[in-house]
Amino acid sequence: MGEDGLYAALVARGMSRRTFLQFSSAMAAALAMPLAYGPRIAAAVEAAPRIPVIWLRGQACGGNSEALLRVGNPTTANLLLQVLAVDYDESLMGAAGADAELVRTSAMERYPNGYLAVIEGAVPKAAGGAMCLIGGRPFADVAREVCDGAIATIALGSCAFDGGAPGANGGTTEAEGIRSVSGNSPVIALPGCPANAENLAALIVHYATFKELPPTDLAGRPLFGYGELIHNKCERRPHFEFGEFALSWGDEGAQKGWCLYKLGCKGPETMGNCPTARYGGGVSWNIRAGHGCIGCFMPNFWDGYAPAYRRLGSPVPFMPTLTVDQVGLLAVGGIAGVAVAHGTGMASRSKYRARKARRAVQLAAAADGTPAGSVAAAEGDTAAGDVALAVGIPLAIPDDADTRETSGEG
Amino acid sequence: MTRLSIDPVTRLNGQLRVDVDVTAGAVSDAWSAGTMFRGLENVIHGRDPREVWLLASRICGTCSSVHALASVRAVERALNVRIPTNARILRNLLASTQLVRDHVLTFYQAQLPDWVDASASLRADPVATATLGRSMADWPSSTADSLRAVQARLAPVLESDQPGPFSSPWSGHPGFALSPEQSLLLLAHALEALDWQRDVMRIHALLGGKDPHPQTYLVGGMALAPPWGGPAPSQQRGHPDVPDRNAPHPLSDAGLTMLDDLIGRAGAFVNRVFLPDMRLLVAAYPDWTQIGGGSGNYLSWGDLAETDEREPPLYLPAGRLVNGNLASIKAADQDGVGESVAHAWYAEDRGPAALRAPVDGITDAAFDAVLPLGALDTEGRYSWVKAPRYDGEPMETGPLARVLVAYAQGRDAITSPLGALLTATGLGAEAMPSVLGRLMARAVEAAAIAKRADSWVWELRTNLATGDVAVVDLSTWDPGSWPDEADGWSTGEGPRGAVAHWVSIRDKAIDHYQVVDGSTWNLSPRDTFGRRGPIEDALLRTPVADPTRPLEVLRVVHSFNPCPACAVHAFDPRGAGPFDIRIHATEASR
Repeated sequence: MGEDGLYAALVARGMSRRTFLQFSSAMAAALAMPLAYGPRIAAAVEAAPRIPVIWLRGQACGGNSEALLRVGNPTTANLLLQVLAVDYDESLMGAAGADAELVRTSAMERYPNGYLAVIEGAVPKAAGGAMCLIGGRPFADVAREVCDGAIATIALGSCAFDGGAPGANGGTTEAEGIRSVSGNSPVIALPGCPANAENLAALIVHYATFKELPPTDLAGRPLFGYGELIHNKCERRPHFEFGEFALSWGDEGAQKGWCLYKLGCKGPETMGNCPTARYGGGVSWNIRAGHGCIGCFMPNFWDGYAPAYRRLGSPVPFMPTLTVDQVGLLAVGGIAGVAVAHGTGMASRSKYRARKARRAVQLAAAADGTPAGSVAAAEGDTAAGDVALAVGIPLAIPDDADTRETSGEG
Repeated sequence: MTRLSIDPVTRLNGQLRVDVDVTAGAVSDAWSAGTMFRGLENVIHGRDPREVWLLASRICGTCSSVHALASVRAVERALNVRIPTNARILRNLLASTQLVRDHVLTFYQAQLPDWVDASASLRADPVATATLGRSMADWPSSTADSLRAVQARLAPVLESDQPGPFSSPWSGHPGFALSPEQSLLLLAHALEALDWQRDVMRIHALLGGKDPHPQTYLVGGMALAPPWGGPAPSQQRGHPDVPDRNAPHPLSDAGLTMLDDLIGRAGAFVNRVFLPDMRLLVAAYPDWTQIGGGSGNYLSWGDLAETDEREPPLYLPAGRLVNGNLASIKAADQDGVGESVAHAWYAEDRGPAALRAPVDGITDAAFDAVLPLGALDTEGRYSWVKAPRYDGEPMETGPLARVLVAYAQGRDAITSPLGALLTATGLGAEAMPSVLGRLMARAVEAAAIAKRADSWVWELRTNLATGDVAVVDLSTWDPGSWPDEADGWSTGEGPRGAVAHWVSIRDKAIDHYQVVDGSTWNLSPRDTFGRRGPIEDALLRTPVADPTRPLEVLRVVHSFNPCPACAVHAFDPRGAGPFDIRIHATEASR
């Protein structure tokens, strides 16, 4: 167990062996692993060296840097001081100007086994990249270089994932996700607006533990955080089953915590672990607080899930006359049936398909190395691709060495 | 004369470049250049006015929820809707939490590295540091053991040849004046502030369901509904001060107690750590109450409504000061705003002298520099930030502007903590227009707001107890009730300054949207008459001891805590729909 290891770091802060094992079990839970993995996490974390990180910010609002500040387990300070070696992060680093540039370029050279690139924000392509400049150079160029030397690239938040808000319909900066410049660096994406700090922590701990990235779906999102419909774990779900809905804001249903589906909640089609990960150290999450989900863990959500207050289409399109109330009462088929039905419903709506085509191409590029079938789905049959994304069934989890195998180098 | 260029300016949100000319050891001219553009207003165009706050919120993730609030308010004014008492107080609680937390974190995370040579802290004697800490305030972590542990945690990072977070630029610079013990104490508090702010922001998770970007605003009020039948008295007494997944409903009695507790903790840190640290810093750097004052023009839109009236009295008052004259307070009205793009990368068909009112602003991107960006074209365009002016004058906005406007109006909530801080440091109000004045203004305002937030929780509890459980006015929720044309605006205050949104609704959709943020004012480039923006102005005459290590320039820029992400926006021409952006890049990289 190294002096500068993660375990030493946690102990230095006064964490007892018992608490440490509890932490490891909690992490196993966060990563959707059997609790039996707790000891393995504990063992691996004890020996883990600090992970070098270069954190770049493109067209961003800073919300994902803020997410880093919300990490509670291990704490942000421990992450920054002991778990990670964050050489370059514009929002935190002491150095400025040319000195900052030097820190970045020398960091890229000093870690022979590579580093993690964490990217926040979109990559604007308009005007030759002039709409986001770092040290006078287009962000696209800087990011390309940094990702090129990275063991892996974490696309943190929706902007780095697929362009996010600046890349939404109406945007004029040709904002794209980091995959448009990350080349061969394997990308793991934590979309969300912003990403949940708990998932960022879990991803880092997973990497520290297993020296590899966790399994992902076709869009590159880790299954531990994006593998299940929000609807399935939602605390308001029983009210959906019983046909109990809030019908207007602040009404009796809203006060009784009933289902927000009819007020436009996108939980029935959104893959995410918000109901279990929650925010603020577990105090609450969007739907619990009273406002519907806006689908921010999903690709192209600003357009694909707008308007925010329009209720989703009938979840069972092949029975168009069936009302949601009936579905709620009839959903004896169980959670899986409804999940698949919701996913199909999403694919059946062609309204945003054209807009999504651009994203699909991007995803296809990202999924480079996946079996031909899924690439074809992304390029041609967008609907099928969407089903895969919506339902989170990894049509094909790429097993390509370039994409998966990052172990042994960290 | 030497021309220095700092790019990127770090420890702020967004991309910023600052160029200065240094002549005879002092800044003789300065240029502030925002180097990032997102154009979120264009994305907002054509959407449902009831949901644009979700996108507007993404203008800034650091002062998250500030723009969400500004957006719902602008639409509410356009649709003529008044929100219920509960919603007003809940919004105040979200906004005040954001202000307090941001002021503290700005100081410890973004500004402190300019004043504390972090590596000096490793030479500190923990016992002497603990004694120093206890002499300043009663604070539990001021013990030799805990300070020794801080040294042990920082050492590996600070001794690395690439120190990252918590380090200082240019360690060993002669401008650092703090003793090793003072340095260690401040850094220990900086680490503590990281844990503290996560606790404080649980208020946003609790009331907003998500953080950053809380998600319970609605046009007309809040989506956060009280429990059915109103808050029941809690079953067990005691403070639920460890929030977890069994956290109570935020508007139950136990939830309100938790809120109260979290706000109490926020205030305790401000009063017993932040303010004492500010006194220490001011005592150590007396010169910096004379440097970086700027033009003396200050603008505050005011914020934090005290009543449910349409134009309510505000806890943070509105007003405008010109040429540093604190005796004459002028009105602040959204009509006074106009923007120049003479030195920004946008075209203007009305000629370079045009000052466009936000309601009919345009954006026609006209990037005309060579990439990679070398020397700034200081005679031409050099920034993605436009230059807002009030009656043609540049205006500083932010905590200093608000504190001075409140001081000029004799508002006790501000004058009392301000007076206490000034007395303790042996200074008068004339020291406030300065670099350290901006830092002091944050501490004063944080104390004033934390104190008031505490009583808002009590007011919320009292109001709910009367049986008033309304959180939203839905009289205009149905688009069918809207007029064909509706225009609105909102003015308010974020951590970094005066925020205003303008909205036009046509045919039930957003036809025109415009934002002028506090950082747009502060980061503004020159206007057509060559008048500098506030940061450019404040940099003038700043001493620079070593042009290869311009620490002093960073101190001035960071004192504003500017946010280039907030500052840069697009306008869309009324009724023209999403428009083509014309690029005049003389050399595109690809």
